[in-house]
Amino acid sequence: MATTDYALRPVPQVLAHEVHKPRETRKWIDWVTTTDHKKIGIMYLVLTFVFFMLGGVEALLMRSQLAVPNNTLITGEHYNELLTLHGTTMIFLFVVPVMAGFGNYFVPLMIGARDMAFPRLNALSFWLLLTGGIVFYATLFWHPPEAGWWSYPPLSSIQYSPSGGQDAWIFLIHLTGISSLLGAINFYVTIVNMRAPGMSWGRIPLFIWTILIYAVLLIIALPVVAAAVTMLLTDRHFGTHWFDPTDHGSPVLWENLFWFFGHPEVYIMILPGFGIISEVIPVFSRKPVFGYKAIAAATIVIAFLATLVWAHHLFTAPLPIVVLGFFMLSSFLIGIPTGVKIFNWIATMWRGSLMMTTSMYWAIGFIAIFIIGGITGIFLAVFPVDWQLNDTYFVVAHFHYVLMGGAVFTVMAGIYYWYPKMTGRLLNERLGKISFWVTFIGFNATFFVQHALGLSGMPRRIYTYQPGLGWSTYNLISSIGSYILGFGILLSVANFATAYKRGKIAGPDPWKANTLEWFTTSPPPQNNFDTIPRVRSVEPMRDIRREIEIQTGVRQKTGGAEQFAPDREQLVRT
Amino acid sequence: MPAALSVVRSLIRAARRPRRLAAVAVVLGGCLVFAPVALANFFTPKSGGSPNADNIHSLYQIVLYMAAVVFVGVEGALLYAVIKFRAKKHPVAEQIHGNTPLEIGWTIGAAAILVVLTVVTFVKLPSIIDAPNSNANAIDTVLSASLTQPTPPSGKELTICVQGRQFIWRYVYGAGCNKNYFFTRLPYSFQEMVVPSNTTIDLLIQSSDVIHSWWVPSLGGKVDAVPGYTTYTWFKVPHAGELYHGQCAQLCGRQHAFMTALVKVVTPAQYAAWVTRQATLIRDQNAQVTELRQALINQGSLTSNGIF
Repeated sequence: MATTDYALRPVPQVLAHEVHKPRETRKWIDWVTTTDHKKIGIMYLVLTFVFFMLGGVEALLMRSQLAVPNNTLITGEHYNELLTLHGTTMIFLFVVPVMAGFGNYFVPLMIGARDMAFPRLNALSFWLLLTGGIVFYATLFWHPPEAGWWSYPPLSSIQYSPSGGQDAWIFLIHLTGISSLLGAINFYVTIVNMRAPGMSWGRIPLFIWTILIYAVLLIIALPVVAAAVTMLLTDRHFGTHWFDPTDHGSPVLWENLFWFFGHPEVYIMILPGFGIISEVIPVFSRKPVFGYKAIAAATIVIAFLATLVWAHHLFTAPLPIVVLGFFMLSSFLIGIPTGVKIFNWIATMWRGSLMMTTSMYWAIGFIAIFIIGGITGIFLAVFPVDWQLNDTYFVVAHFHYVLMGGAVFTVMAGIYYWYPKMTGRLLNERLGKISFWVTFIGFNATFFVQHALGLSGMPRRIYTYQPGLGWSTYNLISSIGSYILGFGILLSVANFATAYKRGKIAGPDPWKANTLEWFTTSPPPQNNFDTIPRVRSVEPMRDIRREIEIQTGVRQKTGGAEQFAPDREQLVRT
Repeated sequence: MPAALSVVRSLIRAARRPRRLAAVAVVLGGCLVFAPVALANFFTPKSGGSPNADNIHSLYQIVLYMAAVVFVGVEGALLYAVIKFRAKKHPVAEQIHGNTPLEIGWTIGAAAILVVLTVVTFVKLPSIIDAPNSNANAIDTVLSASLTQPTPPSGKELTICVQGRQFIWRYVYGAGCNKNYFFTRLPYSFQEMVVPSNTTIDLLIQSSDVIHSWWVPSLGGKVDAVPGYTTYTWFKVPHAGELYHGQCAQLCGRQHAFMTALVKVVTPAQYAAWVTRQATLIRDQNAQVTELRQALINQGSLTSNGIF
């Protein structure tokens, strides 16, 4: 029996090895033809980071244009193209798929499976994503779309956006949509069917919970946007009038359909980040997560409410007051489980023994930023207040606090946490912390003043403004901040690139972590595990370490955690 | 940009020690929070033009105060935990799995804050959406008989139709402006709206092409101008002599940034004079155009259908 097998060994020996040597062939063919979830996961992460860089450059161009009033660096046409590219890239080509990247790599490892349920479908998901990105970015050579990432008709109709860029945008939504939908089905089936023996629903890691709910939300939301963009396509080219007000159509129909997808999408982007934080915080607090059930339940409640809050994007649209009231209340409600999660993370750290690793820095930075984003969300949910704030820079600030905090900071926490597992090497902690502080300062300099910009009356998506409106100082601070922010991110990217060859060897479990991915070598072999242990709690690796310590009477030394451990003296060097 | 460069240089210098960089973060954060307080509208939205804007402002302030308490409490707890429970100071982690009464407590606490906010919002709501009566010294207006348009209890108001189009706002003054303003010869203007003080102004908002959003921050919240729909809002300015700036808030195309709006407030007497003058000007210009057209038709360079 596997369960007794490992317990008799003197140290937590890694129960995995290469099943067969990779064929002697050109390496890139291995990558292109792979169905291994780990290779696909890495391809996802690398590709989405490329799009993240592109989206970042677009953002910096926009901030450069807005740094001073009456700037003529970028025309109105190009500015609208940039804002459409930036929003669409960050949402459809970065945040959603980067979470799929983590999911691909770690769902099978964390639940003790040898691959995803449908490995070839998994590869298809990746290649569809790449195709979507190519289709979209090919428009750079013709006419990029310029109707914004939510493409409200009539502006996105053939009459006002005659270029093919809008059609490329529709194509991108379809391609990335199918990619995500296939991925979501794959995650769902994998998590439901392929868990290690003993891993009941009350014992699956919280990251897995969030990926499961991410998959469910994608399955609910994506068909709606697929239908909506198809209707837009037929409006544009085949003579239908779904959204054409001159012929019994309604632009408000699009607003409702789009945001019925769009708001669950926000939680699709953010929930896996919550999951990463729920893994990182307990490991580096050396404490079990506070209120496992509450965090898992909050995830489910958020997903349910996420489908009931879409019209808070439409508070200024022609809707009756009773609808506005309902969506204010539902938006308030979704604040409660989100708040519960924040309280639980802080309570997890409370009376713990915090290892201030770089991953922990990003995780704590995320909480600090997300609190601000969550609080400004309550302002926006109060619909009379939203009448002043909607479509201003206050909203831009809010969703960057939520999404950049909730996605970029959590992704960084995740990479600093899992990079040793994926590559076998540790990242440079010092460079990582510098990168964190530069990013954190840059982020707040960029976005905190944008609240004030919105309150002073600056609408979003304007490509220039007049002096004397009280906006110039804030805009200049924001633009300088954006360059600091970009520099901070670059430092981390440089860290990822250099550590790949030069980082210290990590060993199987550098952080003394809790979950099963640390039970195998770093990087894991193709089949992940030869033997899968029986799971008896949410923290199987902890159980394994404890059992060996009890049996051998020797405190377990792990791959790299000594450099952060306070109880250095207690470690027995073997 | 030598200033920006020196900031970056000092950042890089500070970056040699992460902890010093943290201090820079705190100082910069402090600057961000406290220095621009002197600048207007750092913490609160614009107001002061109209009662609805003022009431949104006071509702916003209530939310802001509650938010400030939550912000200080939660960020404070986080900061305290990070400082107090570092491994160096707190080497042994206490193995706590949860605390059900505490968890239920903070869930109820969060819900209670939101219940208070809901009550406050619905108490303030009528003062934001219901148009008040015009003052006694307002201009003489016709009684409004519309069923859909929000009107003050006395019915005395001035209706102005706002029409958004790429990339300018058009205003037509007077009742019936959304029906046949051209044949009734109602006065109209573009970009700059002229309104009488002390009078409740009902706006009837439409769009003739894409979605726009009417927004003059000091005069209340924004209302989308959606083609195929008519939306409404109102404002009432107590003082003449003011000029309010606003602009389209919904992306409407390449020159969205230049779709601005100005609201010029004059006394009722000045308004009456302005309306008469504007109507005369429009009539005169229409007459000139008619003459010119007739002359062109007589020349044979224009048909009576208007084709060159």
